[in-house]
Amino acid sequence: MKGHKKFLALSHIVLIIVSVLAILPFWLLIMASFTDESTAVNSGYRLIPKKWSLDAYRYLIEKWVLFGRGYLITFFVTVVGVIVCVLITLMFAYMLSKRDLPLRRFFNFYVIFTMLFNGGLVATYIMYSNTFHIKNTLFALILPNLLTNAFYITMVRNYFQNNIPEELLEAARIDGANEYRVFFTLVMPLSKPIIATLGLLVGVTYWNDWQNGMYYLDNAKLYGIQNILNAINENTKYLMQGGGTGTVMPSETVRMAAAMLGIIPILVIYPFFQDYFVKGITMGAVKG
Amino acid sequence: MEKKSINQKTRSKRRFKRWLPVFVMGLPGFIYLFINNYMPMYGLIVAFKKFNYKLGITESPWNGIENFKFLFANNDAWEITRNTILYNFVFIILDCVCCIALAIFLNEIRKKTTKKFYQTVILLPYLMSMVVVSYLTYAFIGDRTGLINGILEFFGKETIQFYSTKSYWPFILVFVRMWRTIGYGTIIYLSTIVGFGDDYFEAAELDGATKWQQIRHITIPLLKPTIIMLTTLSVGNIFRSDFGLFYQVPRNQGLLYDVTDTIDTYVFRALMKNGNVGLSSAAAFYQSIICFITILVFNGIIRKLSKEDSLF
Repeated sequence: MKGHKKFLALSHIVLIIVSVLAILPFWLLIMASFTDESTAVNSGYRLIPKKWSLDAYRYLIEKWVLFGRGYLITFFVTVVGVIVCVLITLMFAYMLSKRDLPLRRFFNFYVIFTMLFNGGLVATYIMYSNTFHIKNTLFALILPNLLTNAFYITMVRNYFQNNIPEELLEAARIDGANEYRVFFTLVMPLSKPIIATLGLLVGVTYWNDWQNGMYYLDNAKLYGIQNILNAINENTKYLMQGGGTGTVMPSETVRMAAAMLGIIPILVIYPFFQDYFVKGITMGAVKG
Repeated sequence: MEKKSINQKTRSKRRFKRWLPVFVMGLPGFIYLFINNYMPMYGLIVAFKKFNYKLGITESPWNGIENFKFLFANNDAWEITRNTILYNFVFIILDCVCCIALAIFLNEIRKKTTKKFYQTVILLPYLMSMVVVSYLTYAFIGDRTGLINGILEFFGKETIQFYSTKSYWPFILVFVRMWRTIGYGTIIYLSTIVGFGDDYFEAAELDGATKWQQIRHITIPLLKPTIIMLTTLSVGNIFRSDFGLFYQVPRNQGLLYDVTDTIDTYVFRALMKNGNVGLSSAAAFYQSIICFITILVFNGIIRKLSKEDSLF
């Protein structure tokens, strides 16, 4: 019994340390964004700023066109991506979930094989930019690699097979409902938990994506929030270009404030939907 | 005879009618996988061509193994392969040890709200994009403004130029990687441990087993299938690296390439920054093939050891 208590204490100690380590960088980032620029330049970021200032955020507000557009694009891409992904993933998984589907083995292999072998960046890039001409269009942010994948499909298929009894669907069919009706009025409403889980996973993936923008966009006007952050990271002067308002940019603090813009939406949403994320991760890990 | 064939016809007609809507629904996903995953596989032949954007993949002239000669002519191929494998090797071991340990600790916490709090916090970094992670890292190790240099200065020590000193990067990258993904692995292991139920542990408790004995003789053996599965997945991907981690966190600093360059960052740079399709496609082809082989081999080994744990 005594050993038990000791172990519990040890668990708390370790978990507290890990939790502090997990949060500390965010704390530093927030504090850095509220630091006075010259203090930041002279004595660096501190866990508690020596001198507070809102200059960085004032500067960002001045640049609201840039960030407003970035938010709008990211938001649009995320919403479209989630809707299309959920729809095609669910429909494809529904097909795979039929145990007596003709060619079932072929379809399963078709999905699994994409996990084992892929064409890699070069072939994908050439194909999307040369054959489909998605460079410098919003399609570039939606189509490549993100729309669905074998993990999502397997996850939803398993959900269907374990949670939606075929007899129920059969009953509806006998009542005269066709397959589309069965799917949209019976299967979809019964799949709310998996839709929420998949939607959130995909939503975060779209919100966080910067790679597609970096590969396929030359036109900075199409940059979403992550690509703006990436551009600032590669070139601190990025923010000065095009604006030309004449204010001196507080560069060391403003980049931290800009990073906050990328984080805030996720920080706000995450605590409420924590369970869905956890479910998504544990379900995604279940093999096909 | 006549009757039978008519019967068969109507049956296959009915079968067609029964499955057509299902196939129609599956079609968009099928097409997407074809475009996004299968067409690039055909595109791999670019590695054996002298690629020309105007001519496209099929029309560009073949040039044998020229691209590969170029790739393997210098040290690059060896260096990026070594970095990719070594980093992944460290990640696999740390993932296993750290995530299982944390999951066991987390499982000890009986109070639901406390447990949920810890879980929420350690998963948070996983939801951040690599661009953001790069900013977070910069806040600590930036040359002039980073917290670590501030602390060093405070104690009168010399500051460190992290972004131009190679020797720190293996540690920085491993730390950042673990910081970001530890919550993910922990949750997977935790869900498995929770799935065991309390029976085994209660019985062991009655027999006077210590906590350590319970972990060694009950938890770890029960976790074995999960460990095998996750490790196989990672070993199969040992030639693939997290592009974001190795590109964003060192901020693409040329001085650091020796220790930060992996196959994926190399392919990216050759293609996007230097416009060298030949070299990058050769490297990408090399990666695809070698990855495929490792996955097949490892799955084969697992199949031999215990059939139900293999991936396919």
